[in-house]
Amino acid sequence: MTALAGRPKTGLDANAMIVGGILLLGALWSLFAAASGADANMRLHAWVIGAGFVLGLFGMVGVYSNGGVERDPAQYNETIVKYGVIASMFWAIAGLLVGVIIACQLAWPALLSWDALPQLNFGRLRPVHTSAVIFAFGGNVLIATSFYVVQRTTRARLAGGVWPWFVFWGYQLFIVVAATGYLLGITQSKEYAEPEWYADLWLTIVWVAYLLVFLGTLAKRKEPHIYVANWFYLAFIVTIALLHVVNNLAMPVSFLGSRSYAAFSGVQDALTQWWYGHNAVGFFLTAGFLAIMYYFIPKRAERPVYSYRLSIIHFWALIFIYIWAGPHHLHYTALPEWAQTLGMTFSIMLWMPSWGGMINGLMTLSGAWDKLRTDPVIRMLVVSVAFYGMSTFEGPVMSVRAVNSLSHYTDWTIGHVHSGALGWVGFISFGAIYCLVPWLWKRKGMFSRALIEWHFWIATLGILLYITSMWVSGIMQGLMWRSYDSLGFLEYSFVQTVEAMHPSYIIRALGGLMYLTGALLMAWNVYKTIKGDVADTEDAVNPQSAAIQPAE
Amino acid sequence: MAKKQNPIWGWHKKVLEQNSLVLTVGVLAVVSIGGLVEIAPLFYLDETIEEVEGVRPYSPLALMGRDIYIREGCYNCHSQMVRPLRDEVERYGHYSLAAESMYDHPFQWGSKRTGPDLARVGNKYSDEWHRDHMRDPRSVVPESIMPPYAFLETTRLETEVVEGRLRALRRLGVPYTDEMIENAEADLEAQLDPFSASYDAFLARYPGAPVRDFDGNPEMISELDALIAYLQVLGTMVDFSTYEADADENLR
Amino acid sequence: MYEMLSSFAQTWGLIGFVALFAGVLVYALWPKNQDKFDDAARVPLEDDARPAAASATEDNHG
Repeated sequence: MTALAGRPKTGLDANAMIVGGILLLGALWSLFAAASGADANMRLHAWVIGAGFVLGLFGMVGVYSNGGVERDPAQYNETIVKYGVIASMFWAIAGLLVGVIIACQLAWPALLSWDALPQLNFGRLRPVHTSAVIFAFGGNVLIATSFYVVQRTTRARLAGGVWPWFVFWGYQLFIVVAATGYLLGITQSKEYAEPEWYADLWLTIVWVAYLLVFLGTLAKRKEPHIYVANWFYLAFIVTIALLHVVNNLAMPVSFLGSRSYAAFSGVQDALTQWWYGHNAVGFFLTAGFLAIMYYFIPKRAERPVYSYRLSIIHFWALIFIYIWAGPHHLHYTALPEWAQTLGMTFSIMLWMPSWGGMINGLMTLSGAWDKLRTDPVIRMLVVSVAFYGMSTFEGPVMSVRAVNSLSHYTDWTIGHVHSGALGWVGFISFGAIYCLVPWLWKRKGMFSRALIEWHFWIATLGILLYITSMWVSGIMQGLMWRSYDSLGFLEYSFVQTVEAMHPSYIIRALGGLMYLTGALLMAWNVYKTIKGDVADTEDAVNPQSAAIQPAE
Repeated sequence: MAKKQNPIWGWHKKVLEQNSLVLTVGVLAVVSIGGLVEIAPLFYLDETIEEVEGVRPYSPLALMGRDIYIREGCYNCHSQMVRPLRDEVERYGHYSLAAESMYDHPFQWGSKRTGPDLARVGNKYSDEWHRDHMRDPRSVVPESIMPPYAFLETTRLETEVVEGRLRALRRLGVPYTDEMIENAEADLEAQLDPFSASYDAFLARYPGAPVRDFDGNPEMISELDALIAYLQVLGTMVDFSTYEADADENLR
Repeated sequence: MYEMLSSFAQTWGLIGFVALFAGVLVYALWPKNQDKFDDAARVPLEDDARPAAASATEDNHG
């Protein structure tokens, strides 16, 4: 076939013109904002944004002076997945590191706050941590795996020529703009949606491109079925677009300024925010990673998913019910009670589809349970599904108003989030990356199986320390707040409850540090594997037949 | 190459390419239901926000303070939502009403109390206490784990942006009048000086607003001035002696 | 307003959602669909190192 002789490239096509145009517009806007921005923060931040666009333009000149991006329909686009894997690894470590730092700030506040550096105060670093782990790490994992899975399950090359690259680099730019903004104090203060209007606008453009690339690839598929993993990816992309646009509706003070005001206020804004917030969990951290589960667990275990029928019911029930659960974040607040009750009811119902998915993932291993012992990557994937089961049980319990009156505003919530984030999202992502690295770089396996084992055990122990310490501090604080002495007075002042949590905060920081250590071991393992230092006997479990064949 | 389409390919193109779009539309429809049913009525049901007296838009100085509160990420550790639970009402004061945050774009209810709730912190501590507390939280609360915000009192407040901010909020429905917008910067300064000529005009526009030099340094309008002005007005607007929780219009 | 909406939700809303769920169940459990699902479930396990060749160049323009 001719395709093998030279690698066909796009040349300077219309797509390149559009992307170039977008970057040019971005660079121009940054220039204006840097020169005559409406506030000091804008004039500073515009330099960072402008640098991103200019780098993008330089990159494009480099690529297109070389003939453009590859478009060989007889090859999968694996290069972009490789970029995604490396970016995921990088952001994982960055996000976890910031997490450990802010955990230490709560444990040793006097030691870790600096008068001269307000940029590094807890209030500004906390969104850096949440955004870095959710959107930078999680988002890159989702983009990378979705680009891999959609190609493999449609048997078609990724659509759109330069657009997947626009999505990848555009997304990195969004992350950098968001994170540097937080450090400068540029934030909307809506949790998990802190970036200001211009970063939101940019993400919207990137996200629409992502949706179109994904749909374009589905449209040219050579496989009659749309595999269930792709449904979950699609639901993730579409719903996040909807949530992002509605929750971030805002009025900028100036189109060259860093400040905007949210379109809604008070009650309406609160429910819109938690409709967004809870479904960022439901569709970003759940649906997207369930897609990973539905592809990587069957693939690694070399068996089809336990029940495809269950996966269909799981899918529709999950996406239908999840969207209602938001009001459970607002129990006993000024939100009308009917909305709280609806949110609670659907949160409890959500338990069923969640466990349907968990059962489907776990039972895929039926008949091959020995792999749990022999393959640490399978173990990681399966334990992640077990954590998913645990936190999707804990969630409905906490959504009950009576329980929530105790748990809300305390560390119990933080522990709950992290059992999902570290256990489910983290482990399924690490498992997927451990699968992907040998497949993509055509290695026999990972460099060191022992390091995977170490990673698994250190991280698991870290998670256990984390969530148990948060259970203790959360439930203790909740009980102390409502405790009365024999004379009918409140027994503890607020700060006494803070003092009582100090040991828990130290244990939490230790747990986080262990989890970070595991990720560092992984990064080293990934680096050595990519470099090619894979011994023959190491980690021979490698079901991806394609990896053994030469690529070109 | 394949000039002639085989029937399978034709069917594929016709039905299944559409299916990914059908799937997209299906997902969008299914996930829209919950949001529509829960959120849309909040904009139309009169019962959502109580009828109370006293809630007014923030004064320019307090608004700037609120923006600093947001900038520093205070919402990460402090809620502004007292729940109607016995211990909370005793600890913080009257439970929060929806009306109290009706001009909050965005809301600041928070989700975590690493520090105490601030919904009713206004008038609870003196300006001096707040100054010391911001300079070094552990000087007034030894067990506190809050970071210090000493730089606020040495940082000049960006007063020139305030007019634009009022304007933006008015576009969203906050009832700032033309007069308030025209006088935004002057009002900001007036709130810091009880002896200024525009004292009465300012209080007519923002009834009940505290007027004094909040950071104790009349030489400079600092960010600390704004932040304390904001904190001191939190939860003080509603006159609870006139609020009837059991009145028909307040039952939700 | 509130009474009207809530009574609608508690009758027609309930019926509608139950019907919707029943529809999904029927589709997923319909015996004739079993083969289709078995095929689909095997999709990840049967991939090649390369995209499927059929009309590979054609749909580049599609």
